[in-house]
Amino acid sequence: MDSQAIASEPVGPHENQDAHDHPPYLVHHFATIGQQVETASFGMWVFLVTEIMFFGGMFMAYLLYRSWYYHAFVAGSNLLSIQMGTIMTATLIVSSFTVAMGVYCAETRNRKGLIVSLIITLVLGLSFLGIKADEWHGAYVEHHIPGANFSIEDFVHPTDARDIPMAPDEALHTQIFFFLYFSLTGVHALHMIIGCCVLSVLLFQIWGGAYMDGHTSMIQNFGLYWHFVDIVWIFLFPLLYLISRHPLK
Amino acid sequence: MSTPTLHEHHTVRPKTYLLILIMLLILTATTTGVAFLDLGVLNPVVALAIAVIKSVLVILFFMHLRYSSRLLKLTLGAGFFTFLVLITLTLSDYISRSWGLW
Repeated sequence: MDSQAIASEPVGPHENQDAHDHPPYLVHHFATIGQQVETASFGMWVFLVTEIMFFGGMFMAYLLYRSWYYHAFVAGSNLLSIQMGTIMTATLIVSSFTVAMGVYCAETRNRKGLIVSLIITLVLGLSFLGIKADEWHGAYVEHHIPGANFSIEDFVHPTDARDIPMAPDEALHTQIFFFLYFSLTGVHALHMIIGCCVLSVLLFQIWGGAYMDGHTSMIQNFGLYWHFVDIVWIFLFPLLYLISRHPLK
Repeated sequence: MSTPTLHEHHTVRPKTYLLILIMLLILTATTTGVAFLDLGVLNPVVALAIAVIKSVLVILFFMHLRYSSRLLKLTLGAGFFTFLVLITLTLSDYISRSWGLW
């Protein structure tokens, strides 16, 4: 047995001698199911670490530009709706819970529970995207999309009497806030769309009876992906919506 | 043939998931509430601290890392550590570029 042993469990000398003494989904280059499951999880976690780096670049840019153009970022951030942000956060957290329940149902071979959990997850994911689309549409109507049609009117002549009017050159920097807002939420939404597509495929497969043999790596890895996207939003929510409500003078 | 499970796999119970869900929702309500209080420089600190607590709960329980092998824990730990190194180095570059001019 010359397998690339990366599983934490030691491979016993007498294990797996009988070629038929294992479930059919154990592929030949793994010694044990434990090793196969561990390898699948390890691959997914390594992928998620690359995703941390991918989002990390944009978080870094947000951190830097917020410190450079603080007042522009405060003004931009305060135009976002905290209520919408909170509802979206709650939606994603509940969807993470339903995915976790889905993984539990797959492990306990509860087909009906798995289908129900994943359908609720899909509905919540699509609801999140719907609220997000509505928010983006609002920004479009208000001319807050960076580029030729961007308007600094809301910042130079704020409608709310409590807001201090900004100088036009300073107000132009709000475009950087909105650029990063659309980049971060856009790439996050892209991940949600990919997640919803994968979820639909999984539901289709489960409908046909898949993943009921105890081999649930696919469901578990999908769960890891969905939770990761949830975690990205857990950080986007305070950074974009919450931390600029009481700006420093 | 019964399906033998050669590995020890820890299945998290639904009760645990429900408890974590409730904690996450309470923390979300808390962070939204705190945003309306004027804490000065502490507003971003508190908001991000709550975000870190929430993500740790998701990672440990929803993503099962608490019950996973050391290899997986080390993988994520190395990822976050490298991320922090990159952030620190980049920021130390920007902060020292025009040293003394601001």
